[in-house]
Amino acid sequence: MSRNRTLLGHFYFALFVLYLLVPLIVMAGAAFNDSKLPTVAPWKGFTWAWFGELWADQTLWGAFLNSILVALAVVALAVPIGTAAAIVLNSISGKFRATLYGFMVAPVLAPGLVIGISTVLFWNQMGHTLGAEDVALFGRGLHLSALGQVSYIAAYVMLLVLARLQSFDPGLEEAALDLGANHGQVLRRILLPHLYPAIAASAAIAFFQSIENFNVTLFTKANETTLTVYVFSQVRSGITPKINALAFLLIVLTLVLALVYEMNRRRRARIEAERQAEARRAEEAMLA
Amino acid sequence: MQDLIRRYGTGLSALFCLLVAFWIVMLIILPNFAMFEQSFRPYLPVAEIGGPKDVYSLANYGKILDNGFETTIFGLPVTMPIHIKTFLDTVFYSSLVTFFTLVFAYPLAYYLAKIASPRSIPTLLLLLFIPMWVSEALRAFAWYVILTFNGPLNAALKALGIIEESIRWQNGVFTSYDAIVIVLTYCYVLFMLFPIYTAITSLDTNQIEAAEDLGSPWWRTHWRVVIPHAKPGIASGCVMVFMLSAGSLLVPTVVGSTKANWFPQTIYTWFNDALDWNTGAAYSMIFLLVCIFFVILMMRLFKVKLSDIAK
Repeated sequence: MSRNRTLLGHFYFALFVLYLLVPLIVMAGAAFNDSKLPTVAPWKGFTWAWFGELWADQTLWGAFLNSILVALAVVALAVPIGTAAAIVLNSISGKFRATLYGFMVAPVLAPGLVIGISTVLFWNQMGHTLGAEDVALFGRGLHLSALGQVSYIAAYVMLLVLARLQSFDPGLEEAALDLGANHGQVLRRILLPHLYPAIAASAAIAFFQSIENFNVTLFTKANETTLTVYVFSQVRSGITPKINALAFLLIVLTLVLALVYEMNRRRRARIEAERQAEARRAEEAMLA
Repeated sequence: MQDLIRRYGTGLSALFCLLVAFWIVMLIILPNFAMFEQSFRPYLPVAEIGGPKDVYSLANYGKILDNGFETTIFGLPVTMPIHIKTFLDTVFYSSLVTFFTLVFAYPLAYYLAKIASPRSIPTLLLLLFIPMWVSEALRAFAWYVILTFNGPLNAALKALGIIEESIRWQNGVFTSYDAIVIVLTYCYVLFMLFPIYTAITSLDTNQIEAAEDLGSPWWRTHWRVVIPHAKPGIASGCVMVFMLSAGSLLVPTVVGSTKANWFPQTIYTWFNDALDWNTGAAYSMIFLLVCIFFVILMMRLFKVKLSDIAK
């Protein structure tokens, strides 16, 4: 009975992975079909032509560059804000902490379009109040996309850094202060080194969340566009398989990254296992 | 607060507080307040803003009741405003998507947490993560390719002899929202999986074995032991999937038929095509209220706290 259930579990998992992957394979496959429409059936012969068209698409590469720039801006803003928020939260307690925490995580739950609209309205209104409607800062554009994205991505950073702070020993800071370190040194030499793993991970998450973002960007952007929004507009208005070619490249990139990550993980696990075996042997040798 | 100053000095503490204040005030509170305030003001040319016509009213919210059309509910003919219909459809089909993802994800979460061998877990999770890394626009596009009239799905079904004529999947077989529900389920099922998986992992396997040893059939073990323990995860997953589905603009636009309108599309039309930002703000206030209502409903239904959901 239990064996059957385990088998059923394996089977369901395999089916699920297939369900997740088949649409992506179909989409990638259509990149090589010599047909004007993105499809795999009917198969009209193999071609590389769509990759050539993808390469020649200037707008797409501009959008790609914009995506990277916005993502870098988001990382540059969200990581310091989120880290500072975690440090502040960690040093207070009680009702005020709970309220502050509530405000900080609320944007994670807020729908992207609400964040987008409210950001545009606020900065636009501020421009109006200051009598500076024509200043580009207050109009729609990718800078507002970045600000809108920061409002919820900073919360991810805050949550990750806050989790890491739980394992920090404040006594280390006391010791450093007692030994004559100044405040900057305490931050730079004691606290930040402990937080670096969490800061690095949250920077990576912030970067990819920003690249992925669609809703906030769509509502806040002006003429300049990002990759996700560009793909969307291409799909909506007359698609050619060059989007499939792009999808193929991104999927291959994802697979390579996943493979590298997995091999790295296995190597580390093996080293760890060897170390443990070594320790066990040493212990046995000592007892003998 | 004194603790902060003692450790990092006045300068650094002020910098931390400034960063936090910028985030909370400039990026969260004031923008939402601006949306709230502007949703009550009429849409006017720039010159008339602040003029005599610029008064607060509920007119923008009232627009959702315009444009009635004849329809039937359970066979009764009624006149219903078109935006109300869109709104109700969005809420209903998003709930349906939430239900489907829960049904698909729960067995898998249980499998990952309790059946699969712990050594293989990182590899299995990675396999599930790969499709997540591919952007949502492309995942929706993948289904566009599959569901299209001359696409592989119709070709495969015809080859197998299941159907004789190609089906227009995007127009829907059961309702005009079929394609949207299929694709939203596909896009967001993993957002249901991971919270439930995390919740079940923390359940002591001995409890399941004790239930089985005492003669509980498998379904009762799940109903009385596993599901009660996984409640915060289920609530969190439901909130995530519902919000993402109801707030999706991409999926309905890419795969939806012309007959299937999604509420964010209506908001976007007000905002971008009509350039009536005030009505757009009023509609997104309505949308925000629904989301808040859904979160509260889930908290009541599963008897969990907000901090359990927003993990």
